[in-house]
Amino acid sequence: MRTAVVVFPGSNCDRDLAVAFARATGRPPAMLWHKDTELPPGLDLIGLPGGFSFGDYLRCGAIAAHAPICRAVADFARAGGHVLGVCNGFQVLTETGLLPGALIRNANLRFVCRPVGLRVETATSAFTQGYARGQAITLPIAHHDGNYVADPATIDRLRDTDRIAFTYLDNPNGSAGNIAGILSENRRVLGMMPHPERAADPALGPGDGTPLFAGLATALANA
Amino acid sequence: MENPEITDDLIAAHGLAPDEYAEILRLLNRPPTLTEIGIFSAMWNEHCSYKSSKRWLRLLPSDGPQVICGPGENAGVVDIGDGLAVVFKMESHNHPSYIEPYQGAATGMGGILRDVFTMGARPVAAMNSLSFGAPDHPRTRSLVAGVVAGIGGYGNCFGVPTIGGEVRFHPAYNGNCLVNAFAAGIARADRIFYSAASGVGRPVVYLGAKTGRDGVGGATMASAEFDDTLEEKRPTVQVGDPFTEKRLLEACLELMDSGAVISIQDMGAAGLTCSAVEMGDKGGLGIALDLDLVPVRESAMTAYEMMLSESQERMLMVLDPEKEAAARAIFDKWDLDFAVVGETIAEDRFIVRHQGAVRADLPLRALSGNAPEYDRPRAAPPAPPPLGDVPPTDAIDGLRALIGSPNHARKAWVWEQYDHTVMADTVVPPGHGAGVVRVHGTTKALAFTADVTPRYCAANPFEGGKQAVAEAFRNLICVGARPLAATDNLNFGNPEKPEIMGQFAGCIEGIAAACRALDMPIVSGNVSLYNETDGQPILPTPTIGAVGLIERLGERIAGPARPGDIAVLLGPPGRHLGQSALLWEMWGRAEGDAPPVDLAAERAAGAFILAERAAIRACTDLSDGGLALAAFEMAAAAGCGLAIEEGDTAWFFAEDQGRYLLAVPAEHAAGLVALAGQQALPARAVGSFGGDLVALGPASAPLADLVTLWSGAFAAALG
Repeated sequence: MRTAVVVFPGSNCDRDLAVAFARATGRPPAMLWHKDTELPPGLDLIGLPGGFSFGDYLRCGAIAAHAPICRAVADFARAGGHVLGVCNGFQVLTETGLLPGALIRNANLRFVCRPVGLRVETATSAFTQGYARGQAITLPIAHHDGNYVADPATIDRLRDTDRIAFTYLDNPNGSAGNIAGILSENRRVLGMMPHPERAADPALGPGDGTPLFAGLATALANA
Repeated sequence: MENPEITDDLIAAHGLAPDEYAEILRLLNRPPTLTEIGIFSAMWNEHCSYKSSKRWLRLLPSDGPQVICGPGENAGVVDIGDGLAVVFKMESHNHPSYIEPYQGAATGMGGILRDVFTMGARPVAAMNSLSFGAPDHPRTRSLVAGVVAGIGGYGNCFGVPTIGGEVRFHPAYNGNCLVNAFAAGIARADRIFYSAASGVGRPVVYLGAKTGRDGVGGATMASAEFDDTLEEKRPTVQVGDPFTEKRLLEACLELMDSGAVISIQDMGAAGLTCSAVEMGDKGGLGIALDLDLVPVRESAMTAYEMMLSESQERMLMVLDPEKEAAARAIFDKWDLDFAVVGETIAEDRFIVRHQGAVRADLPLRALSGNAPEYDRPRAAPPAPPPLGDVPPTDAIDGLRALIGSPNHARKAWVWEQYDHTVMADTVVPPGHGAGVVRVHGTTKALAFTADVTPRYCAANPFEGGKQAVAEAFRNLICVGARPLAATDNLNFGNPEKPEIMGQFAGCIEGIAAACRALDMPIVSGNVSLYNETDGQPILPTPTIGAVGLIERLGERIAGPARPGDIAVLLGPPGRHLGQSALLWEMWGRAEGDAPPVDLAAERAAGAFILAERAAIRACTDLSDGGLALAAFEMAAAAGCGLAIEEGDTAWFFAEDQGRYLLAVPAEHAAGLVALAGQQALPARAVGSFGGDLVALGPASAPLADLVTLWSGAFAAALG
């Protein structure tokens, strides 16, 4: 299984995501610079990490969505590749249109960093097959703009097609439908605000992020 | 107006005393140009020259086998074994934060992070110590909101976890808030970068963001008589750009890896001036700058403005000329400016050229070497009123008064606005005494804490100075870390007042004594004076930032307590209620002497806990709020009640020093108490964990109710 992590100039969770990919797959990911126009051959999974891609002084992820690498990532996704966007990576995925909706400022207008309780809404994806549907897990969040919005029809469609991956047990940011993470139509692109890569190191305690990476490694190794 | 007439007003407007100006004339043998006056004022002001404090700072111990680099560089460097070093410092941004809380605090964060990565270290942890006026003072809410958002806005984007700190409120800070920012980074011990230039004729390179007029005169002061374009010259607030800082970090670390860097210095206060002089002075070289080559973002900037600009996210470097192309490519990759703006020269001169003219030609060494130094008169500050009668107090009422006050309430409203888990190495998040982060890729961890009790320092500067160090020491011990070293951020009022100098000198003497006794050298630091408004000084606030090492993550004291654990008090029963948090929060009284600190007892208790840590489940020190608050905080962390044996008000709320409350598994408790006895350390089982009540003698309350009060009080007062 071959993985890669995109690095924008303001990414700050690129290393953390790379560590989690390497731990799960036994092989360090390729690091892709935002100015790159082509992907290395044979990739199975691309990670869009958290951070502040281009400072996020405008809409979060808006400039990153136009970086050369994102064109290649979009082609990869449309061709059936797996893409995981965490936090800023989720914002970039909505800005590129690979996922519907948008992430706006938290309802209380403040940045929030804390562990939050989540419900796994579907186990039917490479990302969530390591969990049981309905399982309660805890992952850290750290964002200023994690308030998921979409028109009611979109929310309904996400729900009806089992594309809501995670919901908050106690909504920290105002997200519609308590949505914390969603899947693409082909279920191969996941965007989520919580940080599984910050809860996936056995040395720092039992981490509920581990099944996500382990599940991915299993699913894609067999792919 | 590049060369106006040098008038007394112009000299005074630059903060230069008449005898300081006379020294300038003596050094130059001619009147200075305007640019030169600006350079002198930047180098000789209190902020850069430490002219009032230098004499006292020499008292602080800064050596030890663990110290790789002590004070004088951008940050201190301490060995943590296996070829690694921790690089850290704490610095204030008080005045800017009161004027513009968001940007003031943000750029304070930016400055301290630059200090750390300038030395070749990747920042891995940040803390901050914040002091505000009374919670109900009209400015306090907006200051708290702005400062916290500013620290978060900068640190979160940069990508460093903020893992600890403190927040206090007291009317003495109504007119001057304090924002002390700490940062620590990890570097290879054999690859630390310093500021001393070396080699003649080597390029001096400007790195990072462009220069604007922001902060011009931030270290000096322009006056109305200066000229009639005051509005244009008025110092504008510095604006932080954490995205640029993040790129500067990555570019600098890549540059250092490339071998191109001979020496490097960040541009902080008085930007280009201070950094160039520092590099030349430390290297015994002169520097010649050509300002026409400086990247600027405003037109028609004068030499004066460029030399005094405090634009953020900039660095100055002496480059190995053979590696210029590779170095330039790194900065191109990160889309940052890279410009050769001068060279090192053999002569002891600081030469500044702009638009075909020499704007400054000064003896470089004299700019820092001949900076004035004062032994200001000092007087003992007035003693506090003696401790009057303390009414008998229901222990739960007393506890409610403490945890319902923003001073002792849970500060999650603050630290949840800081990303404290980025880098995925956070072991202990904020809110539990010392914060702990793993050293990436190892099984080691570092513990960090920031402490001072200004009430004590006001009542008794010497004991207060000792106490700040002792509390930091104890907080490190509580997580099972061996204290390594410390940084100090000394915040005081106007040093021209003898009683303020008395506070300053007393605190320093106390800090020095404690650092010596506890083997915690001061390896870096910062002094902030003139924290006064309308003659009202702040409480003396010498913040101590301390770092401890946990050799193996698995051997730390991890907590929390569990039901059935025995609560063991290590140290004598409390008697000292003078200057206690209970007195202040319950009755608004600041009476009595500060608690004395027995440094030998501190050392012995700390050594005992480290030696016996395997038998200790959880540990907290007794500080503000005494036994009652320590017991409550342990119970809250464990989510389990506890009962402590009966006693008087002093038993529960006295703040005698050198004490800890331990949660010990029942099977180890008797043995641990006996072992302490053999070492002549007072220790006694005083209660046990279990149930859902907090029982302090006969008084009790449900833990859940107390936690609700404690968790909500901060936001209720300030959110």
